Amino acid sequence: MSSPTATQPSQQAMVGGPRGPAAIGHQRIEKARNPRGALIRLIAYLRPYKLSLAAILVLVVLSTVAGLIGPYLMGVAIDHYMGAGDLVGLLLITLAMLLVYLLVWLTQTAQSWLMVTVAQKALRALRRDLFAHLQTLPLSFFDQRPVGELMSRLTNDMDAINQALSQNATQIISGLLTLVGILGAMFVLNLGLALGSLLVFPLMIGATLAVGQRTRQGFRGLQMQLGRLNGLMEETISGERVVQAFGQEEAVLAAFDQANRRVRDAGVRAQFYPMLMPPLMGILSNASIAVVAGLGGWLALQGLVSVGVIATFISYARRFADPLRQLADLYNSIQAALAGAERIFEVIDRPSEPADAPDAVPLDNVAGEVVFDHVDFGYVPGVPVLKDVSLVARPGQTVALVGPTGAGKTTMVNVLSRFYDIQGGAIRIDGRDIRHIQRDSLRRQLGAVLQDTFLFSETVMENIRYGRLDATDEEVMAAARLANADQFIRRLPQGYQTPLSERGSNLSQGQRQLLAIARAVLADPGILILDEATSSVDTRTEVRIQEALLRLMEGRTSFVIAHRLSTIRHADVVLVINDGQIIERGTHEELLAQRGFYHHLYMSQFKGQAAQETALS
Amino acid sequence: MQSLRRMSHFVKPYWKASVLALLLLVSVVAMDLTIPRLTQRIIDEGIARHDLTTVWTTALLMLGASVLSALFMVANTLLAVRVAQYFAADLRSALFRQVQAFSFGNLDRLQTGQLLIRLTSDINQVQVIVAMSLRVLTRAPLMMIGSVILLVLTSWELALLMLVLLPLTGGVVWFFIARMQPLFLQVQRRLDKLNTVLQENLAGVRVVKAFVRAGHENARFDQANVALTDQTIRVMRFMSLLFPTMTLLMNAGTAAVIGLGGFRVSTGALTVGAVVAFVNYLLSTMFPLLMLGMMAGPFSAAQASASRIVEVLDSVPEVQDRPQARALPQVVGRVALENVCFSYNHDGGEPVLNGVSLVAEPGQTVAILGATGSGKSTLVQLIPRFYDVTEGRVTLDGVDVRDLPLRSLRAQIGVALQEAVLFSGTIRDNIRYGRPDASDEEVIAAARAAQAHDFIMAFPQGYDTLVGQRGVNLSGGQKQRIAIARALLVQPRILILDDSTSAVDVETESKIQDALDRLMDGRTSFIIAQRVSTVLNADKIVVLERGQIAAEGTHAELLASSPIYREIYQSQLGDGGGAHV
Repeated sequence: MSSPTATQPSQQAMVGGPRGPAAIGHQRIEKARNPRGALIRLIAYLRPYKLSLAAILVLVVLSTVAGLIGPYLMGVAIDHYMGAGDLVGLLLITLAMLLVYLLVWLTQTAQSWLMVTVAQKALRALRRDLFAHLQTLPLSFFDQRPVGELMSRLTNDMDAINQALSQNATQIISGLLTLVGILGAMFVLNLGLALGSLLVFPLMIGATLAVGQRTRQGFRGLQMQLGRLNGLMEETISGERVVQAFGQEEAVLAAFDQANRRVRDAGVRAQFYPMLMPPLMGILSNASIAVVAGLGGWLALQGLVSVGVIATFISYARRFADPLRQLADLYNSIQAALAGAERIFEVIDRPSEPADAPDAVPLDNVAGEVVFDHVDFGYVPGVPVLKDVSLVARPGQTVALVGPTGAGKTTMVNVLSRFYDIQGGAIRIDGRDIRHIQRDSLRRQLGAVLQDTFLFSETVMENIRYGRLDATDEEVMAAARLANADQFIRRLPQGYQTPLSERGSNLSQGQRQLLAIARAVLADPGILILDEATSSVDTRTEVRIQEALLRLMEGRTSFVIAHRLSTIRHADVVLVINDGQIIERGTHEELLAQRGFYHHLYMSQFKGQAAQETALS
Repeated sequence: MQSLRRMSHFVKPYWKASVLALLLLVSVVAMDLTIPRLTQRIIDEGIARHDLTTVWTTALLMLGASVLSALFMVANTLLAVRVAQYFAADLRSALFRQVQAFSFGNLDRLQTGQLLIRLTSDINQVQVIVAMSLRVLTRAPLMMIGSVILLVLTSWELALLMLVLLPLTGGVVWFFIARMQPLFLQVQRRLDKLNTVLQENLAGVRVVKAFVRAGHENARFDQANVALTDQTIRVMRFMSLLFPTMTLLMNAGTAAVIGLGGFRVSTGALTVGAVVAFVNYLLSTMFPLLMLGMMAGPFSAAQASASRIVEVLDSVPEVQDRPQARALPQVVGRVALENVCFSYNHDGGEPVLNGVSLVAEPGQTVAILGATGSGKSTLVQLIPRFYDVTEGRVTLDGVDVRDLPLRSLRAQIGVALQEAVLFSGTIRDNIRYGRPDASDEEVIAAARAAQAHDFIMAFPQGYDTLVGQRGVNLSGGQKQRIAIARALLVQPRILILDDSTSAVDVETESKIQDALDRLMDGRTSFIIAQRVSTVLNADKIVVLERGQIAAEGTHAELLASSPIYREIYQSQLGDGGGAHV
């Protein structure tokens, strides 16, 4: 049970190497290893269960002592009753043995019952802490971290700890106690024999340490290779459609085979050493039996020791190996657990999104004035994305952000939501710097329909309700109607109760966008942000959504990122962004009249369609 | 059980090593059984007869036997670990190859996270059992049988005790294994649930943050967390009875031997040494059972995992090469859909495509317009056989695409899918994905055509810029342009662009259009778009409506004849204004 092979070594943070410009300048998660610190913090999770742990300790002592009394009684029975023909005595001592063994059963069961509960509850707390902390980490943390890698910390690393805690924690105490008890009993029984059987003791410890160290090294090697393989598999499977579309299955398999072979070879190396422990311990314990038998035989011939004592000794020598083997195994699995704990604490130690300023106020009842005041921002130091951006959106205005891809439009949304904090200038809502607004209340007022529509694998109903958790079914359906999603939802096999799958093959991209819009509608935010919200929706459907959106935007400040005019032409202000700067601003008509960049963008689609152009201008 | 047996198929290639490992194990067991016998000899023949030489030689023999036993054991371990690791690698490879063979339909039903768990931790669970089988699991019964024989030889009367003890212990082990398995499956399922919550939370982190749902997510996670913990505690508590119970049975057996054996000794029927040896054999008989009992947990886990692995291995890829499939010697590029019907769920439901017939002559550009969910993406995905038609057929140069080998069919088709998925690596690697041997000049030419060259060169490292796992450091439009360059580099006879410029501004898009007009001369293209501007110059525009073709023709024809097309056109012009910026 305590075999370290049962733990699944997991992906390492370094796998995949540097991740492009966004990763540069961010410190990697991998830090100096600190097993002692990890151990102390792990133990802290056991602290709430002091009483249980104390009870476990008592039970362990009881069961260990009782476990030692058994063989002693056996020796007595053999020496004093067996040959003597004292049948009553024999019966009594046999009954006493049974009684003692019942006590062993009771105490063993109780201790492991308690330990299991304590261990699982501690693990539950650790999982909860890790997950809760993940919720507080800034987006920049997630930008560079593959989903699979983080998942493996919460599953595989946690499993390594589970192994060590639930199966082995009591064994470490009982193992040590047994060892001490056996040694004590041996010395009481016969000093010479005891010293004799101790001859193998240093060898056993030496073997444990030597093997333990190699196990650790092998384990790390395996973890690294497994991490690489995991990375490769995760990426391939989530991009499987592209792999097949380009017929690259063979190339993928070649890369896989190589990584798979490395894991296999690392696995052979890593698992050989811990499996060496049982035979090694076996040989040493047999050696000690041989010593006891040989020495004991000689002593018996001298009349210095009875046959019963030798029998008891042999039985002790046999039991001697078990706790040692357990401790050796423990040593291995504790190494794995600590490696896992370190990786978990690395994440827990990552700084959260900066705390709200002490004077931060909640944002309720926004009027909706949004000001960008000479804003500078870059995801990576030295690579500015927004340069000296200034804008004013008055309450209720619709601001359209227009410009080529990569110009910085989505970035403006990101900094307004404080997904990232700006490096220069200020952003103000209703005159208050957003850094002095409680972050959660800020985001609650910003209803965003983002470029990537993300849906959860729950029902359509629950996905829309994500916008406002206490919304009734009727409200959800009303929002869906407003977003023009109701119609297609009703055509789904189970209507609003249709479960959505991971990639949502049951929905088209456009339909996913409609659900995201319904979600934002339901949230009823103070400020609305539409980032390419309808890019995959056909224009006729969009016209219908548009009416709804216009109703929604009425009286609310709205930011709209779109290529489509239908949205833009209703905007009060159009901002043309290029290369992180606002290069033109005005209404649609004003900008067309300027005959600048906007005019150029706008007309580009109609070149060769002179008739159209004249009709339009 | 059946699933585990299926797994044994993967051990077969290593049968020689496995057999050798087992033979070594038999030797180990033989040695291990000799040792108590030698102990008995020391007591009975050495000490009792005051024969010191026997004591010493026997002790030495014992030592020798244990050294030999350990050597055999080490060799056995080496073999067992090797077989288990090679087994796991082969199994993983088979599973991964199966995933490569899956069609889009299969993939739709599987979650990446789940597949990964099967590829790693489930395989690991089974691997543990394979290694154990070659070591403990086999050793234990061997030990038991050998010990029983020796027990009978030592004292057949006392051995009768075993008639009670062995079935009792075996029954207890069996009881635990049987009871634990369903409990364990429950744990696995709850672990799956926890993983799903976690995976979605991580993948959807922007939505979670935008809607300030950390509290809700914590609650969701807590629920799964508590459910998992409760079930785990239930299993483990049950399991915590097993070991003490086995120990109790073993100890009770010892006590009985002492009691009964003592009685026999007092009547002179047995020697003391025989009783001691008997106790030792008893321990050797019971200990393997104890080990077997301890394996009940991993064994149940492996069974659960094996069935999860077999589930994937047994999924039949929906799209496969037909036996008579033969590649076209030369592809001209005439694509025809004949009365095609398609639905994702085979168990009925509204069909996504319903009687679609369409011809694209070589060199033509066919544009597909239609409402959200009208079946546009589905239609083009039938051409490279990402899905197979439910009814009707799709032909390439007159041959049903189902009669062409998948590989040769897809080699003719360049696709830019709706969601631009990039792989980690450099931008150059990503563009070269479909043709890894393309020269840098070709890569640059494709990037230029996709209007990606300029923004790529603006990065400090140009084409060597690393792309994050899902291209996170690129904007949506930039990713789409790289995906288009990737499709163009293949120089396909047939190009499919599935709304692949939705996040690209119109000016850039029209430049891409111009480049495509040049590049795709003589090649067939299918373009799905939302904007009329994208499709103005198409040779044929198809308007899909609820899975059927509502109108077909050129821009001018449709403007004149199709009210739906006019409606679409109007919707983009607004009332007198232009369309897109």
